[in-house]
Amino acid sequence: MHPDTPADPSFASTGAIFRRGLLASLPFTVMILPFGALFGVLATAQGMSVAEAMAFSIVVIAGASQFAALQLMQEGAPIALIILTATAVNLRMAMYSVALTPHLGQAKLWQRALIAYFLVDQSYVLGAAEYARQPLWGLSEKLAWYFGVISPVCGLWYVATWAGATFGRALPAGLPLDFIVPVSFLAMVSPLLRTWAHRAAAAVSVGGTLALWWMPYSSGLLVAALAAMIVGALVEIHEEKRRGA
Amino acid sequence: MVPEIIANKTQLWTVILGLGIGTYLLRFSFLGLIGNRALPPMAQRMLRYTPMAVIPGLVAPAIAWPTATGGEADPARLLAALVTVAVGIGSRNTLAAMLAGVVTLAAGLWLQA
Repeated sequence: MHPDTPADPSFASTGAIFRRGLLASLPFTVMILPFGALFGVLATAQGMSVAEAMAFSIVVIAGASQFAALQLMQEGAPIALIILTATAVNLRMAMYSVALTPHLGQAKLWQRALIAYFLVDQSYVLGAAEYARQPLWGLSEKLAWYFGVISPVCGLWYVATWAGATFGRALPAGLPLDFIVPVSFLAMVSPLLRTWAHRAAAAVSVGGTLALWWMPYSSGLLVAALAAMIVGALVEIHEEKRRGA
Repeated sequence: MVPEIIANKTQLWTVILGLGIGTYLLRFSFLGLIGNRALPPMAQRMLRYTPMAVIPGLVAPAIAWPTATGGEADPARLLAALVTVAVGIGSRNTLAAMLAGVVTLAAGLWLQA
């Protein structure tokens, strides 16, 4: 592909589009590697086998919810609440599913089943952005891009988990591993605190959870999260009106 | 100390499969079953805030009363949390924020020891 022709879709083969998707996702792997490895390290430090840590990354394949499950298991929360809360972290995936349906909804069922399995933050962000830029792409071009993007992202997620789980035991004992998950989470969400809607949602989430800590089985977290989602959406509407006025 | 849920393999696999299936259904929902139907705008807006709604609440108790110290608020952990958030907002870079937080935590715990 010529570097300064912005990939004319009528000329690019699906193979070329696949490779371009591969390249486009490489910057995201800067995040995938350390967090995948960290998950492997923490999972085995908490007593999981390498195979169990790998099962987590292969079956769930959603970093933030995997860390959430780890945190809640460490706190000894009941199983149903662990599954509910960690799944709630992934509710945004339904939004991604909505966003990609106009583009990939015509694919065969087995293809959609596979697309759904690999639907992560990166495949949504890069997919939605590129499909908007390439209005002439048909289904096969869109599929080629999608699988190009997810190959390094998801492949490296497995590899990094395996490496962390396998070599993490070499780390010295006595590290404050209990606090690495909270620090990682704060590092993930704080760059998102750009808008008032995000800040309001985060504030309600923190304040609500601490205020509702008396509720059984830390179910206050789910109540606070629902309230935070509503507040975030309402503040967003308010902000839009103010900007529009 | 291995948490009970991890030591008990049935419970651990229940979490892995439960979370995996729940997440898969969310991913498959519209692509696979519901198809080309729009979500109500309010629902779309709310879904946008799920990470921000769940994650801060998830970490708040671990920061306010960490289990590692028996529930006592710990200055090193509090400071590390503040530094992580400040660097995250300032730099908008997750890795920079994380590094700053870990270094602060290590320094704080070393000073306390």
